Amino acid sequence: MPEALVLAGAEEHPLRDLTSYRAVGGYAQLERARALEPQQVIADLIESNLRGRGGAFFPTGRKASFIPTPDKIAKPVYITVNADESEPGTFKDREIMLRVPHRLVEGCLIAAHAIQSRSVFIYIRGEYSSEYDVLKAALDEARDAGLLGDVTIVIHRGAGAYICGEETALLSSLEGERGQPRSKPPFPAIAGLYAAPTLINNVETITTIPKVLEVGAAAYAKIGAPPDSTGTRLFCLSGNVHRPGVYELPHGVTARHLIEDVGGGVPGGRSLKAVMMGGSSFPVMTPNDLDTALDANSLGQKGYFIGSGVVCVVDDRTCMVQFALRVGQFYMHESCGKCTPCRVGTRWLVQILRAVENGTASESDLDLALDVCDRIIGKCLCVLGDSDAMIVASCVTKFRDEFRAHLEHGGCPFGHDSSLDRLFAPVDQHHHAPHEVTV
Amino acid sequence: MTLIADIRKIAKEYPSSTSAILPALRLAQEQYGWLPPEAIEEVGEALDLTPAYCMSVASFYDMLHLEPVGKHTIEVCTNVCCGLVNAQAVLEAFELELELAPGETTADGEITLRAVECLGGCSTPTIVAVDRRYRQSVKPEDAPAIVRELRGA
Repeated sequence: MPEALVLAGAEEHPLRDLTSYRAVGGYAQLERARALEPQQVIADLIESNLRGRGGAFFPTGRKASFIPTPDKIAKPVYITVNADESEPGTFKDREIMLRVPHRLVEGCLIAAHAIQSRSVFIYIRGEYSSEYDVLKAALDEARDAGLLGDVTIVIHRGAGAYICGEETALLSSLEGERGQPRSKPPFPAIAGLYAAPTLINNVETITTIPKVLEVGAAAYAKIGAPPDSTGTRLFCLSGNVHRPGVYELPHGVTARHLIEDVGGGVPGGRSLKAVMMGGSSFPVMTPNDLDTALDANSLGQKGYFIGSGVVCVVDDRTCMVQFALRVGQFYMHESCGKCTPCRVGTRWLVQILRAVENGTASESDLDLALDVCDRIIGKCLCVLGDSDAMIVASCVTKFRDEFRAHLEHGGCPFGHDSSLDRLFAPVDQHHHAPHEVTV
Repeated sequence: MTLIADIRKIAKEYPSSTSAILPALRLAQEQYGWLPPEAIEEVGEALDLTPAYCMSVASFYDMLHLEPVGKHTIEVCTNVCCGLVNAQAVLEAFELELELAPGETTADGEITLRAVECLGGCSTPTIVAVDRRYRQSVKPEDAPAIVRELRGA
């Protein structure tokens, strides 16, 4: 296995306490960074070409350079760390918080020095209880050791809403509003939290920063698939695969290597039918593209995205209509309802997909689904609806024969063999108070 | 009055006290078990917000309950990654054990069963959050023991 960076030192056992983190060189880079001019730290990040690991892959150093320096603005500037990991198939930020919490704290403090901020908020998803406990213990330990200096770090817990991982929705939620996205521009770097300049980075991105400084920006820029996809990536391997898990590998390994060599391939003598690649927000990968390198450019050339590093393997017994339906139900449940194309479109797609699954749809409904997707994409404040449209459209287009078979068969040809058969979705759940129970 | 005092203490961590509404609602829910009107009113009073505003925020988030829920919760992830590895069978095992449909609470008010979206534990399916703590690689046959554990038997 190639050398880990983000999870370095925690391959065998988590590095939760300050002493063990210091033993692997922890907080040495903070000390070094604080001796540098803030601009130099940003220049290093730019040179390393570290890019955002939350899904958008935006250059981290450039983003930091957009934040006005204190002499240019009277307001305080903020850092918000996005730990609202909720993209289906993504479980890497959780591993980071559980295994190297101090490295995340160190990254926050280096970033704070770089943009001269004294206030950091870590927005962690509400469901992460153990992760919150571990991170809070590390933060308290760092504070007691005097490592925070004049910086305050507040861990803010969400309360169950996928949309709060969208950066402007996250800001709304953090300000105490419903977690609904805002229009951009203005971008958060100009008017973010409390209308002040705000740097928003994903957990993995922030946690990579100390290692960028440790190995050196120029050396980091040579790891992986330079010049655009530098460094390592925490790939989230799951689904129908022998050895699921978080694997930190350099950008540029192939999907086949990750799934077959690292993950041990598809169990039960089954074959691979599709890969949920990058997350549930992107087109699904088909087996003929398995030799694609997992870096932004190689994936992009074939219409895929690296997203949040998700590689979820779907085996051949799985019905792709059920797959699209279940993903669609997720987006319908999570749409915040602010923009009409998303609010109406996500619901409409579920209705069409359910009719296909039940065999009551017609060929024209497949075109209708694609048309609905077209009418969502690019027409909303955020990309939640686009995400639904991209994955559903990819299923309809790439597995059209399978969709058509449902129409010809008058229902699902897979019967109960598909693992997703009759999979219950929270959107169909109705809550009842105890006195209403009729059992 | 301690709830209000506790909320005001949390609010001091933020530049604007309204930011403390989620921690405040969480705290109120821990105290009341759910968010009855009086809990909403206390949160509003502590943060100088109207009950209507607090309700509008509380109703947005899945983890905040505006109706009574069981003392214990069993939340089964049924998103695709767990679904591909048998989550439906796990959910059905709990339904059978508790004689409940997802979303319902046992008649004695002890246990609420819910299906939830991706919990971020996809490498150890099926993920089941029992009283908000993740159980990994849960199999259908694990359901009776988990229910017995919650019932303290």
